This record gives sequence, C-alpha cells and structure tokens, in this order.
Amino acid sequence: MTPEPRSTSATTVPPWRDVRVLRIAAQVVVIVVFGVLVVFIARNFLGAMEERGLGFGFSFLGRSAGFDISESPIPYTPADTYSTAFIVGLLNTLFVSLVGIILATILGVIVGVARLSPNWLVRRIASGYVELIRNTPLLVQLFIIYFAVFLQLPSVAQTLTFPGSIFVNQRGLFLPGPQLNASFPIWLGLVAVGIGVLVAARIYARRREDAGRPQPGLRSIAWIVLAGIVVIGWVITAPVVFDLPVRQQFNFAGGLALSPEFSALLAGLVLYTAAFIGEVVRGGIQAVRRGQLEAARALGLSEGDTLRLVVFPQALRIIVPPLTSQYLNLAKNSSLAIAIGYPDLFKVGQTMANQTGQPVPVIMMVMATYLAISLFTSALMNLYNRRVQVLER
Amino acid sequence: MTRSGMPVIAMIILALVVTACGDTPPATDTDTSEAPAASVDAAESTAPAESAAPGETTDNRLALVQERGELICGVNGSLPGFSFLDDQGQNTGFDADFCRALAAAVLGDPEAVDFRALSADQRGPALQTGEVDVLIRNTTWTVGRDTAWGLFAPTTFYDGQAIMVDSTAVDATTLEDLAGATICVQSGTTTELNLADTFSSLGVDIETQVFADIDPTYAAYEEGRCDAVTSDRSQLVARRTAFANPDDHVILEAVLSKEPLGPVAPLGDHEWFNVVKWVVFATIEAEELGITSENVQDMAETSVNPVVLRLLGQPVPDTDPFDSGLGLEPDWVIDVISAVGNYAEIYDRNLGPGTPFDLERGLNSLWTDGGLLYAPPYR
Repeated sequence: MTPEPRSTSATTVPPWRDVRVLRIAAQVVVIVVFGVLVVFIARNFLGAMEERGLGFGFSFLGRSAGFDISESPIPYTPADTYSTAFIVGLLNTLFVSLVGIILATILGVIVGVARLSPNWLVRRIASGYVELIRNTPLLVQLFIIYFAVFLQLPSVAQTLTFPGSIFVNQRGLFLPGPQLNASFPIWLGLVAVGIGVLVAARIYARRREDAGRPQPGLRSIAWIVLAGIVVIGWVITAPVVFDLPVRQQFNFAGGLALSPEFSALLAGLVLYTAAFIGEVVRGGIQAVRRGQLEAARALGLSEGDTLRLVVFPQALRIIVPPLTSQYLNLAKNSSLAIAIGYPDLFKVGQTMANQTGQPVPVIMMVMATYLAISLFTSALMNLYNRRVQVLER
Repeated sequence: MTRSGMPVIAMIILALVVTACGDTPPATDTDTSEAPAASVDAAESTAPAESAAPGETTDNRLALVQERGELICGVNGSLPGFSFLDDQGQNTGFDADFCRALAAAVLGDPEAVDFRALSADQRGPALQTGEVDVLIRNTTWTVGRDTAWGLFAPTTFYDGQAIMVDSTAVDATTLEDLAGATICVQSGTTTELNLADTFSSLGVDIETQVFADIDPTYAAYEEGRCDAVTSDRSQLVARRTAFANPDDHVILEAVLSKEPLGPVAPLGDHEWFNVVKWVVFATIEAEELGITSENVQDMAETSVNPVVLRLLGQPVPDTDPFDSGLGLEPDWVIDVISAVGNYAEIYDRNLGPGTPFDLERGLNSLWTDGGLLYAPPYR
C-alpha cells in the first residue's frame, strides 16, 4: 500500500494549525510577555525609588570622597573623587583575587595529589585539612586568621627583625621596596637584546638539527650569554633602588608593606579555596582511566613522570570547568574583606553608599563590576578549556 | 481544538493578564506587615538586622504603628549605656529607653518595641526604605543626613568626637603627638570624615584603619593593631568598660567635632515627626517641672500648676480642654513618664553615677543648669 501523498498547495493548512505560523506566534507572545514584565518591573522600581526620595543618579561620582582608604596601589587622598575611591577598591579586589587564585591553585593541586598519595600520613593530613576547611564558614575562618594569628604577632615595639631590612610585626610585613630608576628602560632594552639572541640561537640550532648537522652546546651558550647580559647590565645600570622601611615613632615608613588585613584575607581565601580545588583535582585525576596508569607503568615511567605527562593532561579536561567556578567563588568571596578592614570594592562601595545617601546606584555599580570581573575570568578559563579539550586527539 | 492551538491560547491569555496588571501605577503601600514577636533573643540582636519586613513608606506612620501594635526601633545593639543586651536578653540603654518612651506614648505599652540592631552602614538605608519606624542609634545630626536620611528630632545627647589611646603603649596628650600613628575608626560615620578633615587641617599625617562593624574596631585596637581609636566620647567611655584593663586607656582632651546625637524619623511624615519630637521634649519638660516616674500620678491628681496639668493632659480649671493635635491620647505624657521616667532618670539610670560610665551631665543639663536642654512650651 502506498503511503498517502503529502499535502500539496491545493490543500492549504489553516493558520492555527500551520506549524510555521504557530512557532512564530509563540515567539511573539513570549517576547510581548517578557517586554511587559520588564516594563512593569522598571516602572515599579522607579516609582518606589521616587516615593522613598532615594533619587537615582551618578552625579556623586565627581564629588570629593572625604574618607580615607587604608591601603591603595595608586596614590589616594580623601580629597580625591568618589570615582577614584571606587577604582582604588576595584584595584584592591583585583590584586587580592589574582594573587589568591594563583596561590590557591598551587596549594589546591598539592592537596589534591596528596589526598591520593600512597603515604598514609600525608593522605590523612590532606583529608583532615579538606574536611575541616570545607565545612566551616569562610567568615569565621577569616576572623580566626586575622584576630588569632596575624594580630597576635609581636607589637611594633617588639618587631621581629630579619637581615635585609625585613621587619615583621602585627602591623604588617615590611620589605625593602624596589623603586625603578631612570636607567630601568636601558636595562630592559639590554634584556630584550639578550632574549633576542637566545631565540635566534635556538632557531639556528633547530635548523642545524633538522638538516642533520647538529651544533652541540649552542643553546647552553645562548642561555649563558643571556644570564651574563642580565647580571652585568644590572650591575652597570643599577636600575632599581631599594626604599628601606624605617621605624618611626608609631609605625614603619617607606618600603613595601603587606598589611595584616591583606595577609589575613589572602591566607583565608587561599586556604578555603584550595580545599575545594583539591577535591576538584582529585576528582579529575581519579577520572583518568586505570589503563593509562598501567600503560605508563609498563613503559617504565616514574611516578612523577606519569603524573606530569600522562595523568594530568587528561585530568585537566575534567578539572578546568569546576576550577573556573572556584576561581569565581574566590573573587566573590574577597568581598568578605569588609569584615576585617581590608578596603576592597565592596567595602568602598558600602562607605560610598552611606556617605552619598544613594545606596541603589552604588550597589548597581558594585554588582556590575563584580559581574564584569566574573565574566572576564570565566571567558579566559573557557578559552583555556577549549585548548585543553582539543589537545586530546 | 487541536493540540497545538492550546498552548498559544494559554499564552495569549497570560499576556493579557500580565498587561492588565502591568498598567496599574505603583500605589503607596500602606498595608501593615506581620510584626515579628516583641521579645528579642540574643542571637537575633547581635547580628546586623536582615530586612525581615518589606520596607514600607507611608505618610501616615502613626496610624501604621498603632495598627501594627508594635514600634520598630533601629538601635545599635552593641553600645553599652546606649543600647545593648543585658544578661536577661533585654535591650538596655539610653537610646533603648527613648524607644520605649515613644512606644509608651503611641501604643501605651513601653515593651511593645521590636529592636533592630543596625550597623553604621545600614542605618541610613534602613530609615530611607522605611524598614524601621524610627532610628535611635547614637546618630549625629548633620545637614547631609537631614536631607537624605530623615528628620532629626531634638538632640538627646550632646557629644563630641574624641580619641582614646593606650597610655601604657602610647605617650600622647595632644593631637599633634599622634603624627604617624594608626587610628581605628568605623566606616559610614561622621567620625571617619571628621578624622580626615581634622588631621589634614592640622597638617599631621596619620594612617587610618577602617572597619565596618563596631566590635572588630575595638577588638583590633585592644590587640594593638592601632595606636588609637576614635569615636564619640560617650561611645569610647562605654566601650572602654568592656576592656581587659580599662584604666590603661586614656581619652585625650581634644574635641574633634560636635556630635549632637538624637532620634531620626523617616522623611515626609510630619505627623509622625511631631510625635517623636514631642516625646523627647516631654521628658525634658518633665525634668524641668520636677515630674518623676514616682510622683507623676500624684502630680496629675493634686497639682495646681496649670503648666503641669496641661502637660499631663489633665483638665485645667476655667479653661477648655487642651488638644495638642499630635493624635495621641491626652494623658500620653503620664504613660511616658511612668514607663521610663523624665530625662534625668533616663540619663542617671543608663549613664549616671550609679553606672560604670559615670558621665557628667555637662551640656546635657537643663538650660536652667547651664546646659543645652530646652523644651518649648506645651500649649
């Protein structure tokens, strides 16, 4: 029996049964509903704001801030504008997040691998660390680290002194601060020349090898030349002058200072996020097929080489997406700095909201900035993820 | 009807419904919200307040409070002497007593108060959004706050900003002695701004360490993170009582700024503002007339002074009954005074000689005693 012929133009389908029309109609309806919802919310919001006399505008950004910020990577005084204060907060957040991400990754990988160690004690310690840190609130940990660790360091009167002008006390870690001289660009130029020589030498050596006439020692000579240029150039041009911290009546002035607030926040964030990253890494490693491990062992690779050359590249495919989440968590958790007095973006935003009397625009700015930071981080990680995935075949 | 037609019809109906709702302009919300229980437990008060009830703005807050049956009062919660939890879990202090006075005036029951602990950063938005009915939280009266946060009732406590140092670690008697020192301060306060202004005008460099909450500020100072801590003098005295060695800590004589502290009512509601204002004036006037919580009933019945009788809402012979126009019961002052006492009793109970603070009345005396407390006539 032949199947029925499909409907031809002679038998037109009415619009309310025509699939194409229905699809388009459904889209239009959804768009209309969504648009109405957005308009309703916006009108409600603006009406409520006006009712409460809260005002909505960003004119305060040009006004003088009037409050001081205890640490800032760029020069800042209370006479600067609110927008400058906001940028200072943003830079502080970015700084602690960046350093935190790097350190947390290193520690997390160590912890993750340690949890799979054949050594019983190492495994137990790593497990204990992960369980304790993951199951207690970060804010509590921050308070403990700040009040019970960093503030218990000796007071300024009993500063611990280390050779090389390094001072440690409860007000912070004070190091000699490098100040770039006028001759720094000259030294940079010399280093660039040295690197150029190194690259040229490596290309030449590669060419010679490909042609079958290897030149031994070329690469080593190039490295020695580079090292020589760097060292001799440094000695000759003296590009960096060190600003030593000096004890004043109350504090240390000059040099590089790491405040206890920054250190406590960094330590807290790193310890907390590393516990989670450790679990992610452990999951990734355990997901690599046993056959790979056995094959590597059969080939005679050492434990370290197996991990580095066989397991990790494959584990990375599984590790990178959850790792992105942990990085975003770290960046957002840095907003807990407000509890221990580190002037991050959220804290500066709170002060601005309070002093200007306009909390809503400020909160929107803060949220938009955190969103931008998170989107940027996840975009970068997704690029890396794509690279890692492709490398498999 | 075919299967594929139903979802479309449903969507169209939904769209019509939403459109109809969307065209309603946002109306003033005068619905009362469910009031949480009046008794406050320790855990709830020591943490910064969540916005439990949705903020409501209204131009008839008096009716709103009377309908709700409870007064939502924004307080500090961690400042001994002004508002903090005692060992029975009751909110005690100078500010807390004024909350009770207001509740007694408006609701007849001084205990019908829901105390909301607010940090310095939270208090402005809490008042602006109508989350609290009144803010009695050692708040300094400034023009910026007058226009942005709310209407300031008469100052209940004239204070000044001061600096406290640990005399065993720091040798300083004047502000200039603090050059290069680190000073702890709370964020979101006039203290923070005044500190920057004062030292920049003196040409003295200092480092500030800013904390969001009151407890970490003083904890860090006590640990030695800062050389000095700055705040209202009354707050320094109050917090000092909780230190391990209170006598080691010395408050410098220098006064950095004027800090008139008082209750704040939300913007836009004049009737409610008048009620708050006149509750404060009533306590001051009562002290001036010698009315205390012990003799208020007596004086209501037996006094012949028309000023006293009018204040206490009693009929004055040969005149028409006096209506204050505040919208309260005629004898609301009797409720207030019998509940918390007059200004002197409130002050002495919380900050006076019998307490660890033992603050002198100073500027907080009546105008007849050389102070700044002056209540307009109640007529």
